[in-house]
Amino acid sequence: MSLIARIKQFLGFEAKPDKEAKPDSAKSADTGASKQEVEKVAEENAKPRIGYIHLSGCTGDIISLSENYDILAELLTNMVDIVYGHTLADVWWDDENPMPEMDLALVEGSVCLQDEHSLHELMEVRKKAAMVCAFGSCSATGCFTRFSRGGQQAQPAHESFVPIADLVKVDCAIPGCPPSPEIIAKTVVALINGDMDYLQPMIDLAGMTEACGCDLQTKVVNQALCIGCGTCAMACQTRALDMTDGRPELNTDRCVKCGVCYVQCPRSWWPEEQVKKDLGL
Amino acid sequence: MVLGTYKEIVSARSTDKQIQKVSQDGGIVTGLLAFALEEKIIEGAVVAGPGEDFWKPEPMVAMSADEIIAAAGTKYTFSPNVMMLKKAVRQYGIEKLGTVAIPCQTMGIRKMQSYPFGVRFLADKIKLLVGIYCMENFPFASLETFISEKMGVNPEMVEKMDIGKGKFWVYTQDDVLSIPLKETHGYEQSGCNVCLDYVAELADLSTGSVGSPDGWSTVITRTDDGNSIFQQAIEAGAFETKDMANVKPGLDLLKKLSAQKKDKNQKTIDKRKEMGLPVPF
Repeated sequence: MSLIARIKQFLGFEAKPDKEAKPDSAKSADTGASKQEVEKVAEENAKPRIGYIHLSGCTGDIISLSENYDILAELLTNMVDIVYGHTLADVWWDDENPMPEMDLALVEGSVCLQDEHSLHELMEVRKKAAMVCAFGSCSATGCFTRFSRGGQQAQPAHESFVPIADLVKVDCAIPGCPPSPEIIAKTVVALINGDMDYLQPMIDLAGMTEACGCDLQTKVVNQALCIGCGTCAMACQTRALDMTDGRPELNTDRCVKCGVCYVQCPRSWWPEEQVKKDLGL
Repeated sequence: MVLGTYKEIVSARSTDKQIQKVSQDGGIVTGLLAFALEEKIIEGAVVAGPGEDFWKPEPMVAMSADEIIAAAGTKYTFSPNVMMLKKAVRQYGIEKLGTVAIPCQTMGIRKMQSYPFGVRFLADKIKLLVGIYCMENFPFASLETFISEKMGVNPEMVEKMDIGKGKFWVYTQDDVLSIPLKETHGYEQSGCNVCLDYVAELADLSTGSVGSPDGWSTVITRTDDGNSIFQQAIEAGAFETKDMANVKPGLDLLKKLSAQKKDKNQKTIDKRKEMGLPVPF
């Protein structure tokens, strides 16, 4: 079954909702998911069952999700059912308590090849979840865990950390270290709305499992595409980028390989229709 | 649509004598950002301010009308303004931010607003984005070549640079020099050659000299917010306007140049695709 059909099926509707119904689509300043929008969505659609799986990550991604203070209560009580997770819902999985079926599994963290429990959990998630989302850069690109060389407590043998897409099929990715609260809210609302146009970049990004600040040099500057706008340096979450003579300059000691600089670059991919829609142009 | 989606196009100039004296043309960017600051529509603005070297601008956060006026005038080389947006919000505590951007910078900002993967709590703080027309941008060393080598002028003597009437102009205290624009070809950054946007089609409003008489600018209002702020400024007496139908050289020139950029750069895009090189558009 196609991904679109699966999403539509688990969301319990057939046709794409009328996009023009969005009340404030013409208001340029309001690009976030507004409360009214969230409430409207909550009323109209069945609640998807969401699981949150925590592998080798710092919990920053789920904290970012919880920073959607104004919509969080609504999100957790009326929009989605959190059916699995140690942090958001106190649900653990073992031999006696099977992992529940999920419509969407948010997987935070990369997976450690020496950690049998993590490997086992990831495989089980893939079986139980209709959609697997690499949530945050560790899960999507490996991010900071790419630097691991093992030899540390509490388990010196834990050495090799890879993005989850190296082991299982990933349906979409939300890179970020962490992803912003806004992109998480926008993604959840788009998912519930079945707004496939908005989600397309996340689906495409599921294929980006290697990232580094040097992508700007090899994929943008080297390709005669850089225009020195500074978006990459603005987006960098660890201040690893500066602009020198109109070109990004990377401090490799600070780069965590999250991929956000290249993802935000207007010359890597360009969502023209979505931007125009959001601006009312 | 060769000029993008818009509401209105007029010829305008600032009524402020101080701004008229320092501005490139009609003083629209300077006048509008200063107006928005005084009216508390914005609390600060990211502009291309003077840098350490002559004619090498640095993005700066202007918190007063005086600082905005000090940054007046076109700089024909990189000022990665987008990079400063996050600093303006985080380090200066600005909640309502204005900025000026060339078309490619506008694209970086708009993409971040629609897809803020790794950029938190910034997208909805940008309240006014003034776009400027842009055919191409030059590395700083290219400008040095035009001024020092081709014109034989010490860059430190230059008081103003301008492009118009098919020439690149340099004003010193007692001289006006020019070279044909043709002599600047090949010195522009190559990233400009795939850009299809001449008139900042995604800004709240766009402006530039083309189409209007000397000392005036052509203003294109686009979003609801952009249009409303510009109308407020006119009502407050910050700008005087003329109907485009009554000015020379008029809208046809603007349309012609925009179409020329789109046609020429579409050919570059097609050629790149033939060669298998990446193109985001």
